[in-house]
Amino acid sequence: MWGRLSADALPVYSIVAAAAAGIAVLGVLAVIVLLTVTHRWTWLWREWLTSLNHRRIGIMYVIVALVMLLRAFIEALLIRVQQAIAYDSGGFLPTEHFAQLFTTHGSIMIFFVLMPFLTGMINVVLPLQIGARDLAFPWLNAIGLWLTTAGAALVMTSLVLGRFSTGGWSGYPNYTGAIVSPGVGPDYWIWALTLAGIGSTVAGINFIATIWKLRAPGMTLMRMPLFCWTALCTSLLIVFAFPALTVATSLLWLDRTFGFHFFTQTDGGNMMQFVNLFWLWGHPEVYILILPAFGAFSEVIATFSQKKVFGYASLVFATMAIGVLSFTVWLHHFFTMGASPNVNAFFGIMTMVIAVPTGVKVYDWLFTLYRGRLRFDTPMLYAIGFLVTFVIGGVTGVLLAIPPVDYTVHNSVFLIAHFHNMLIPGSLFGMFAAFNFWFPKAVGFRLDDAWGRRGFWFWLTGFYAAFMPLYLLGMMGMSRRLERYSHPGWQPWLVLAAFGVVLIAAGVVCQVIQLYVSWRDREALRDATGDPWDGRALEWSVASPPPEWNFAVRPRVRSRDAFHESKVEGLAYPDPGRDAYRDIFVPRNSGLAVAIGWAAYVLAFAAVWRIGWLAALGLAASVLLVIWRSFQTGTTERIPAQTLYDYDRGRREALMRLVPGGEIMHGAAASGARP
Amino acid sequence: MTNPFAARLRRNAPAWPPDAGPAANLAGFAVKRMHAVAASFRKRGEPAGRSGLAALAFVLVGAASLPVAAAPIPLIQTNGPIALEQARLMRDALLLMAIVVLPVFVLAGTFVWRYRRSRQATYRPDWSFSLPLELAIWGIPTCIVIALGFLVWTRTHSLDPYAQAGPGSVLEVQAIATDWKWVFLYPGLGVATVNELVVPADRPFRIALTSDTVMNAFFIPGLGGQIFAMAGMRTQINLRATSPAEMWGRNMQFSGNGFYGQEFRVRVVGAQGFDAWRQHARAAGGQLTRAAYGALVKQQATAPVTTYARFDPGLFDEVIAKYRTEPHR
Repeated sequence: MWGRLSADALPVYSIVAAAAAGIAVLGVLAVIVLLTVTHRWTWLWREWLTSLNHRRIGIMYVIVALVMLLRAFIEALLIRVQQAIAYDSGGFLPTEHFAQLFTTHGSIMIFFVLMPFLTGMINVVLPLQIGARDLAFPWLNAIGLWLTTAGAALVMTSLVLGRFSTGGWSGYPNYTGAIVSPGVGPDYWIWALTLAGIGSTVAGINFIATIWKLRAPGMTLMRMPLFCWTALCTSLLIVFAFPALTVATSLLWLDRTFGFHFFTQTDGGNMMQFVNLFWLWGHPEVYILILPAFGAFSEVIATFSQKKVFGYASLVFATMAIGVLSFTVWLHHFFTMGASPNVNAFFGIMTMVIAVPTGVKVYDWLFTLYRGRLRFDTPMLYAIGFLVTFVIGGVTGVLLAIPPVDYTVHNSVFLIAHFHNMLIPGSLFGMFAAFNFWFPKAVGFRLDDAWGRRGFWFWLTGFYAAFMPLYLLGMMGMSRRLERYSHPGWQPWLVLAAFGVVLIAAGVVCQVIQLYVSWRDREALRDATGDPWDGRALEWSVASPPPEWNFAVRPRVRSRDAFHESKVEGLAYPDPGRDAYRDIFVPRNSGLAVAIGWAAYVLAFAAVWRIGWLAALGLAASVLLVIWRSFQTGTTERIPAQTLYDYDRGRREALMRLVPGGEIMHGAAASGARP
Repeated sequence: MTNPFAARLRRNAPAWPPDAGPAANLAGFAVKRMHAVAASFRKRGEPAGRSGLAALAFVLVGAASLPVAAAPIPLIQTNGPIALEQARLMRDALLLMAIVVLPVFVLAGTFVWRYRRSRQATYRPDWSFSLPLELAIWGIPTCIVIALGFLVWTRTHSLDPYAQAGPGSVLEVQAIATDWKWVFLYPGLGVATVNELVVPADRPFRIALTSDTVMNAFFIPGLGGQIFAMAGMRTQINLRATSPAEMWGRNMQFSGNGFYGQEFRVRVVGAQGFDAWRQHARAAGGQLTRAAYGALVKQQATAPVTTYARFDPGLFDEVIAKYRTEPHR
């Protein structure tokens, strides 16, 4: 009846695991109690969970990312403390629990922190930047969110019921095969990745369709803000790369559950094929994670340098070149598998070729600073910290791309230092910069800058303290995933690395305080004009937060940096006249996407625990709900032109009061305003 | 000022972030933050003054860095031409990359300093293209990647782990990865060991690798080179040590609960020492029969260094064959 599920599934094997399960359960209960006491359930359901608005879905994506970031960061802290004390001793973590921790840390950071973070930021920003009213497929957008959330919920479930995989975030069989790992762990891993992967794939399709079809009149591709270009490139990579992962994990699940022999050791299976498929997705994936951050940095650096981005065409070309080349390098993840020198050398050289467009981008950003007028708000600090730190990761990446060098540091903590050096200052700092930059647009008030800067400095110094020692340790031959070790020379460096993570923890605390302080002072920090940073792209032309239709009359674009140019010309908030307003249709809320997400969760949970009837129920529910949706009519809501006109007039009047004289609406004062 | 519109907006937004110069961000940052933290503590009525906090910070940083300062940096002492060449290759690549990387640090520092808003330096808000600059930032990295590509192509071939490591008669060794120990067989000598690899100095040796468990990665940091060992498959690595030394090697691919202990001793000895070791092993060791091997593999545990006088010939190939089964019919 209940498959493999029994009382044995409870986490009594480790005090740390039991405590984590307790915290997870208490956290959920606390949220439920809080919502009940404050009578917020209806509000939550109507305003948020069922919303198909791109901004709200984006915010929910980011909330998922931040919650999961907290968990995965605590896991990083435990790993670092364990290694700092585990010289010739068992430390405080049972061996198997340590292995679960490095697996969940990696899997969560990739699939449930960076992916939802960047998907959320693209969701919030992309339609506004290209002058669209929403994404092309709002309901599909919600499905993506709820599939990702279901995957995250599955990982959280594994804290309480059963154990997660111990096979690392890359889950190589045959370690993760049925013979060596018969438990539910790898199944949790497979299903969490599969749900998140499908969610990402539909999000990618949606972004591509939106960019292709919904750009405002005049917004040619080469006038798009760079964040849109990177969103486009990332989405293309998602659509082309994620199927490889979905296939790899699905085949592994067939091996484990039904005794297939795709990746088994015996009977004709071949584990190398999993490694091949996994990295065929895995290498484009690192560019999927980093390109939106590149886009955000391009926007932030130009805005806070108060000048045009240098080498726009170069940056576009470099982005797309990276996108194409990212599919030609995956073999460098297994140089040590015994391929011939011709094969290894080819993939090594291709990997270095990618360094060229990446280096070009770094120099383009540097020359954007040149003769600018730099302001150092939190997003800009992250951008500068990124520029300097990221190139170190680039250098070590090129070293790893040289096969004979890779032989000496592969699987060592040098590799760990390298990819954290790409993903923290690159991807995560990019998301932090984007978060601080676009927060006022999404929510309506700015984030407190002082606490933001404190957070930044702790993150930056903590990053150096935590990961530079790992480069050294890697060159000393220290393997990754070591729960304890017997080399006394390693320990001081591991203590330093743990100290670095403590600094990062201080940064995380600052960021939590920043959110609280900003919420407390939200009236003082309110973004009344919708343009808090003297912004350059169209998202800053609308109110913060924007109305649910974004643009009552779609803007006409005549150049790059469209909003900046119109400010210079004094035409930032034109009055198009009553006749320009037409009725528009926005999507009605739909609870079906939430239901499909939870049906998928039930399917995945039942598949993990092998509860056949429940899996069938989950599968049937998700399919039937999609069919049901196709019969629904009246899925959109009409907003009359008069409402739109009144809203816009109100906003223009408010802007007049904020900006004495109101010249910007009429262009009287702005000509000749250039220094 | 950019344009009066922006300036006006700023006047009207009450909590516009104050302008902090990069001077504060760079050198004097720590001091400034300390002020702020101290002030916020004072506001809450706590006695911690600025000096107290600074002292605390120094103690914390000092406590963390003392053991580091005292520690030697035990970077791997390279032994043998492979490891040495790999280290040189790393150095050459670093030097080549320094050409494009060092300017990034210099330019970032210079630009952040010179073009901070409070300094009111030359301001060119519309400058966004320069053909010579574009050519340089595409051209120079391209040249460097061509040079690096040359290094990659030639060195990947010359340091191919499948190619014999220098002149001389090759010592053949077979290594089987098990949970969680290494079994070494010397087919030419007839002896076998567990968790100890003994090789003669200045003579090439070839290790054929396979696994009797999940994927493993064979690695001796001091000698250079790492290759996966996989069940049902045979991979190999060619190495050479220059001078007698005590070293270690290990599995680098996570393989379960005993993974952390899957380390083996590597002893490089002179030619005479190697003969002596073989004779000693011949005289003193036990027998690694199929049954003994089977029992050894079955206990999923690390193992002490053991020497065997002889082993059942064909053991290595049998371990590979064990996994090369046909699907059920």
